[in-house]
Amino acid sequence: MTVESSAARKPRRSAAGKAGTTGSKTGTTGDTTGATGTKRTTRTARSTAKKSADTQLVQLLTPEGKRVKNAEYDAYVAGITPEELRGLYRDMVLTRRFDAEATALQRQGELGLWASLLGQEAAQIGSGRATREDDYVFPTYREHGVAWCRGVDPTNLLGMFRGVNNGGWDPNGNNFHLYTIVIGSQTLHATGYAMGVAKDGADSAVIAYFGDGASSQGDVAESFTFGAVYNAPVVFFCQNNQWAISEPTEKQTRVPLYQRAQGYGFPGVRVDGNDVLACLAVTKWALERARNGEGPTLVEAFTYRMGAHTTSDDPTRYRGDEERLAWEAKDPILRLRRYLEASNHTDEGFFSELEAESEALGKRVREAVRAMPDPDHFAIFENVYADGHALVDEERAQFAAYQASFADEGGH
Amino acid sequence: MAEKMAMAKAINESLRRALDTDPKVLVMGEDVGKLGGVFRVTDGLQKDFGESRVIDTPLAESGIVGTAIGLALRGYRPVVEIQFDGFVFPAYDQIVTQLAKMHARSLGKVKMPVVVRIPYGGGIGAVEHHSESPEALFAHVAGLKIVSPSNASDAYWMMQQAIQSDDPVIYFEPKRRYWDKGEVDFEAIPAPLHKAQVVREGTDLTLAAYGPMVKLCQEVAAAAAEEGKSLEVLDLRSVSPLDFDAVQASVEKTRRLVVVHEAPVFFGSGAEIAARITERCFYHLEAPVLRVGGYHAPYPPARLEEEYLPDLDRVLDAVDRSLAY
Repeated sequence: MTVESSAARKPRRSAAGKAGTTGSKTGTTGDTTGATGTKRTTRTARSTAKKSADTQLVQLLTPEGKRVKNAEYDAYVAGITPEELRGLYRDMVLTRRFDAEATALQRQGELGLWASLLGQEAAQIGSGRATREDDYVFPTYREHGVAWCRGVDPTNLLGMFRGVNNGGWDPNGNNFHLYTIVIGSQTLHATGYAMGVAKDGADSAVIAYFGDGASSQGDVAESFTFGAVYNAPVVFFCQNNQWAISEPTEKQTRVPLYQRAQGYGFPGVRVDGNDVLACLAVTKWALERARNGEGPTLVEAFTYRMGAHTTSDDPTRYRGDEERLAWEAKDPILRLRRYLEASNHTDEGFFSELEAESEALGKRVREAVRAMPDPDHFAIFENVYADGHALVDEERAQFAAYQASFADEGGH
Repeated sequence: MAEKMAMAKAINESLRRALDTDPKVLVMGEDVGKLGGVFRVTDGLQKDFGESRVIDTPLAESGIVGTAIGLALRGYRPVVEIQFDGFVFPAYDQIVTQLAKMHARSLGKVKMPVVVRIPYGGGIGAVEHHSESPEALFAHVAGLKIVSPSNASDAYWMMQQAIQSDDPVIYFEPKRRYWDKGEVDFEAIPAPLHKAQVVREGTDLTLAAYGPMVKLCQEVAAAAAEEGKSLEVLDLRSVSPLDFDAVQASVEKTRRLVVVHEAPVFFGSGAEIAARITERCFYHLEAPVLRVGGYHAPYPPARLEEEYLPDLDRVLDAVDRSLAY
């Protein structure tokens, strides 16, 4: 097995003082992980991943925008119309515009934080557009493009980043669950939900989003186990954007992530995450398997986080510009534009109208955020319980009395 | 119609009734199906309700609670079993960060009617991790409700109420009382789930307890009565919310309070009761609120557990110390 690398087990030099953050973070034997050993490990894993990516990646559109044939997945996008292709392009452009606006709003102090999806538009729009209305989506906190596809108003996503709520949209309104911040937890919720779908005899499917970092979480492993054992109609959609804050994928896995599925007894596929057509096709295939009672699928969308982890992050501390430039050449929006133009599916009017629509969206989002009121003070005590709780009632009353004590002084 | 039965059987009957009356109720956990659970609490349920309703799960506690959350989102009412108290911690993250907070996070749009059953407490001569009392670790978390019955009748009815609750309920089952028998009236009108009950009236001192320690406190009160001391015993039944009004009413009468639980005293529920009752009853108290419970040490090996667990003499000692003020 290639996993059994000798590098990890090699006796390490006693370099407790030199171990640094990498060693202490990654291994249970962190105190003895020398810098040399870590480097060797990294190199081995990186070359393995590259090689495998080259041979296994499902791609329907090259970075240059050329349509390539794929015997297995072409069927899932065979009937796609020029209008639908323009729709995918529009989705990606508007999502990127919304994302940029949110980043700007954070810089202006209107949002406390923003987790940008820049670079992951194809993975999200392709997979999101593959879902049916009755399907159910379990996102992380970065699925702004999927939310867009589900019809969740983008301004609804911003409340939690502005700090006026912790979510707050009705998950059942669009079958789009609340953003989950604890990494990987939602994959179990998705699996349980899918178990319920199966019990109901419905033919809906469930899709759970997570990332390369989350793949290390026990909950993700347990969701694979439960999903497989109960043959649940769930698609595990991993956006491998190469970075979990500062840690590259090599710090999470020694095998390509999609290969993990094999050990659980369901198929795993690596798809070009910057190719919206491929993401659409592969996700449609996986959702169809779920609907047909064939159980879970792991889709690894191989993509790149073009921006920082969040607005609080500084990627210059851990990665170079070359990597980003290499991925910029594979930009998801650019490649679909090249394809659309080469196929004469668009004209200048389409792009200029979209430009105007983007700016209007940016303006609407900006205004909506600035107008978003702070919650009422008593919101602290609301919805803690569905059926109430004596202590919450008591503390709410105390808080009210305390607040009222200021009113006596002619204050607020 | 009333019947005398062991607490384990009462819980079994309650689960059976819930499965029977509400098709959305599910029972899930490790070994709960064919085996009927390691304590046989779910005995026969899978046979009668099928594998789709009474579900043997993979051996993964976080997975059990995490998928139960998903099932609840789909409209089900899962009752999950954590096999032993000391095994709940892999699920602690799901319980604390997801189960407890989902209703608030969704601004009330999503309900979490999940019951987490945990056989807890010591006194059965078990190996490590099989005798713990982690209730305070859950009581600290807003969004959860924590109950623990002390007898067969409460076990039956409190399970009915826990399953009907739209909030997540951690249902602590005192495993050493599983085989104690009591009368269960299937047509009774049960007391509210989170109300305490006076199980023995007294005038000199209040003993407050829940779960496995209620029986002990009744024995203490009987022993004290022989010495001419009149102790009131309060079965708290619910740890969160805790019926402080009932404790206050009792203490205003007796003026003395001893809280008894198996869990470690340090930062235990007794500490919270002591603080609040001191605030509420400062001028009524003749003595500081005393606590009897576990030590700040890992639960000891079985041969030592009698020294660790509150027993008749340790509680009587606390009673004497309180009365000496």
